[in-house]
Amino acid sequence: MATMTVLEETFQKRAEAVSAVVTKVTGMAEAFDYALDLCERKEACQLLAAGCGEPLSADAEALCGLKQQKVIAAPALPTQAWTALKQRCDQSGILLTDRPLRRHLAGIDIGFTLADLGIAETGTLVIDSGSEEVRLATMISEIHVAVLPISRLRCDALAAEAELREFMQKPAGYLAFITGASRTADIERVLAIGVHGPLELHVLMMEEV
Amino acid sequence: MQEAKTLKGYRHEVGRALANDFLREAMDKFAVAYRESRARAFAEMDIDALVADVAAAKDQALHRLDHLFSQFKRNADAMGVKVHLADTADAANRIIADIARDNGVRTVIKSKSMTAEETLLNHHLEHEGLEVTETDLGEWIIQLRHEGPSHMVMPAIHLSRHQVADLFTQVTGQHQDSEIQRLVKVARRELRQKFAQADMGISGANFAIADTGTIGLVTNEGNARLVTTLPRVHVALIGLDKLLPGLVDALKILRVLPRNATGQAITSYVTWITGPAEYNPSETGPAKQMHIVFLDNGRRALARDPIFAQVLRCVRCGACANVCPVYRMVGGHQYGHIYIGAIGLIVTYFFHGREKARNLVQNCINCGACKAVCAAGIDLPQLIKEVHARIQDEEGHPLQSTMLATVLKNRRLFHTLLRSAQLAQRPVTGGTAYLRHLPHIFSKQHNFRALPAIAERPFRDRWPALRTRVAQPRCKVALFSGCVQDFVYPEQLEAGLRLLVAHGVDVDFPMEQSCCGLPVAMMGENKAARDVARQNVAAIDPDRYDYIVTLCASCASHLRHAYPRLLGDEPDVGPKAEAFAAKVQPLSVLLHHILAIDNAAFSASGEMATYHAPCHLCRGMDEHTAPKALMATTGYGFSPAAEEETCCGFGGTYSAKFPEISAEILTKKLSDIEATGARLLVTECPGCVMQLRGGAKQRGMKIRVAHLAEALAERLKLNT
Repeated sequence: MATMTVLEETFQKRAEAVSAVVTKVTGMAEAFDYALDLCERKEACQLLAAGCGEPLSADAEALCGLKQQKVIAAPALPTQAWTALKQRCDQSGILLTDRPLRRHLAGIDIGFTLADLGIAETGTLVIDSGSEEVRLATMISEIHVAVLPISRLRCDALAAEAELREFMQKPAGYLAFITGASRTADIERVLAIGVHGPLELHVLMMEEV
Repeated sequence: MQEAKTLKGYRHEVGRALANDFLREAMDKFAVAYRESRARAFAEMDIDALVADVAAAKDQALHRLDHLFSQFKRNADAMGVKVHLADTADAANRIIADIARDNGVRTVIKSKSMTAEETLLNHHLEHEGLEVTETDLGEWIIQLRHEGPSHMVMPAIHLSRHQVADLFTQVTGQHQDSEIQRLVKVARRELRQKFAQADMGISGANFAIADTGTIGLVTNEGNARLVTTLPRVHVALIGLDKLLPGLVDALKILRVLPRNATGQAITSYVTWITGPAEYNPSETGPAKQMHIVFLDNGRRALARDPIFAQVLRCVRCGACANVCPVYRMVGGHQYGHIYIGAIGLIVTYFFHGREKARNLVQNCINCGACKAVCAAGIDLPQLIKEVHARIQDEEGHPLQSTMLATVLKNRRLFHTLLRSAQLAQRPVTGGTAYLRHLPHIFSKQHNFRALPAIAERPFRDRWPALRTRVAQPRCKVALFSGCVQDFVYPEQLEAGLRLLVAHGVDVDFPMEQSCCGLPVAMMGENKAARDVARQNVAAIDPDRYDYIVTLCASCASHLRHAYPRLLGDEPDVGPKAEAFAAKVQPLSVLLHHILAIDNAAFSASGEMATYHAPCHLCRGMDEHTAPKALMATTGYGFSPAAEEETCCGFGGTYSAKFPEISAEILTKKLSDIEATGARLLVTECPGCVMQLRGGAKQRGMKIRVAHLAEALAERLKLNT
């Protein structure tokens, strides 16, 4: 248990160093509370941050008009969890969807995913993204909320090599390491967040219930 | 993209880059910030061990490239990937254009790929009538400007926010202000719509893992994830050198690559793709297609080359540019054809040909900063010299360099010439100690620094009178003078001699020694470099001395590292050269680390001093502390200069070939020195003394520039 604590601390420190928000939760219900709260507090015009408020060419502008309602995408949730989350979203007037996310390229407010592994050394989430919906949920959402069971934390990538290989060898394997939000420093080396992918990454470290 | 036909034309373009103030300021900030963030990223890690891991993993892979390719192809085929092998850049472009045509593709989105830059893929596809959009922000910007990258990791580092704002104003037809966060969001939305429409996505890859048929992509923006996800066709263009046996090799590289590239522990995204990904545009649409095009373009031949194979270890982190003092002055468009930085100078020859490399390989100042920072431990400065030598062997040697080689090979002729030059300069020294000096006697003049005159009597003529017997010596050393100190600064050697004798060292000066050979090696004259090395090994028998001591850092590093390489395989001389090299020590190392001298022989100065670390001492000999420790021992005050270990711009024959660049590097150096407020600048290489003293004089600075030996010897108590 003591070693686990060191891993948790390292993970949190490293993830926060790349501006991820790290919080502890006990169980999925608390994770749902967190995501919904975030979605509700998120301003309706949050898309401003994603560029719709900017002067755009006509083609790019058209994409902005497609989005009407706040959207949470939660592909790959087990049925029971999905039902619970759906009920909560319906009450709040939020659209919960799992597919096809291609219809939401204008943007999703929150992508909600389950991480398969966490790598403490770098504060990295490992997410099996073989499903196209998982890939899109973690890319086109403005905020990515990922639940990471604490038992899935590993010291570094080399220590997790055997597990990583297993994910990789699945047919149509698409494995993602995600560390912090999408970033660029391509203009004058000034850090800018959210160039293509999420503007924020929230990691919910989940204790086993 | 450097394409000048002649060295003169190249110098002209370099001159224009030097006049670009924005570029210079941006590069200065970057050079300093990069060093700090890299150090933070590797804090508490054993960098040398990590780099050795990368080198070993890459070397093993390069030994069996063909095998790894077959293995990769077999595994990827089994997953439903179509694997292609292109012998040339053109073949790769044609394969990709055919895939596009077969699939009725009209629009293409791309994520960053240096390999696609190498093949000029965009030009080819656009010529075929396809609309191609780069989606990496920097790549998109330079694509819109019809430029090549100026850095491998930050392709638009040469542009200001205002230039980007103007560009985006044109692209969107709407006015854009120059706030960077907003410009990035504009790119996000403009490009999102391109993603939504594209028929085909083209990516590169950082790794191709043979035992699973997986490709790995390392990115920060995440655009590669959309490029590989949204369109129904994915093509990855990958150099054969990216093949690795297993995931563990890729993970070892991944520990170093982002840290070395941008000072990040890891990039935001690392993506591992094994087979065509799931694709859901509709329930009944066509399935995803995935093609992998491996590019040879000379790589398989290079992998078998005994000298140059290590070039393919490169993981494209761009660090060699980040630390290069020349890149910092002139920017990427003048420091590479397509690949930028030290590695770019080398691979340009192999991937793009002699024509494109001829001028570039001469623009290395040989400071060794790239070698010290390389993620894969590639001996970049040496390989640049080798390419230069190879081009000269292919095309014929220029007169200047042949002359220097001929002269240096014949010690008597060389020294006679120096003596006559001393006589010839008399009418124009005006009674001062400045004029011009060797080996620039073969070059045209330049005046950004005052050049010293050749001394009236070289050290070798003074030696018989200076020779001092030491009773019960602590050790016996041979003094290697190097030609600059022998003929220009004999007083530095005299000072060194006094220090050694005062500390019980028996010093000999073997008279048959000559130039160390570095100047000819720098000019691509390998044969002359070997001849001179052979003469010196014959002149100084290592068995007769405990150490071979030199006061010239450049000589030290050349004698130590180049001699075994130059002579190692000669059966008669080889072992002698190894023994010779092993005994070479800089003066400061002998005094501080080996003899561990204390302050007994010195009267403290109290004068405020600062220090410039010669490239060939701090990197060439990996010695970072001894000179400063000795200055403390002798009681000097110390005020550290910023960027103490950055090159002063001398580079021997380099400063004769590219005086404008040398002058700019010197200006920056002198400003850092000036800011210390010190009255005395100490360094341990006569080349640095020449550059710094001449520059300080020209600039009218009050500071005194001294060789370490002089600074220490002037504090010796009279009775020692």
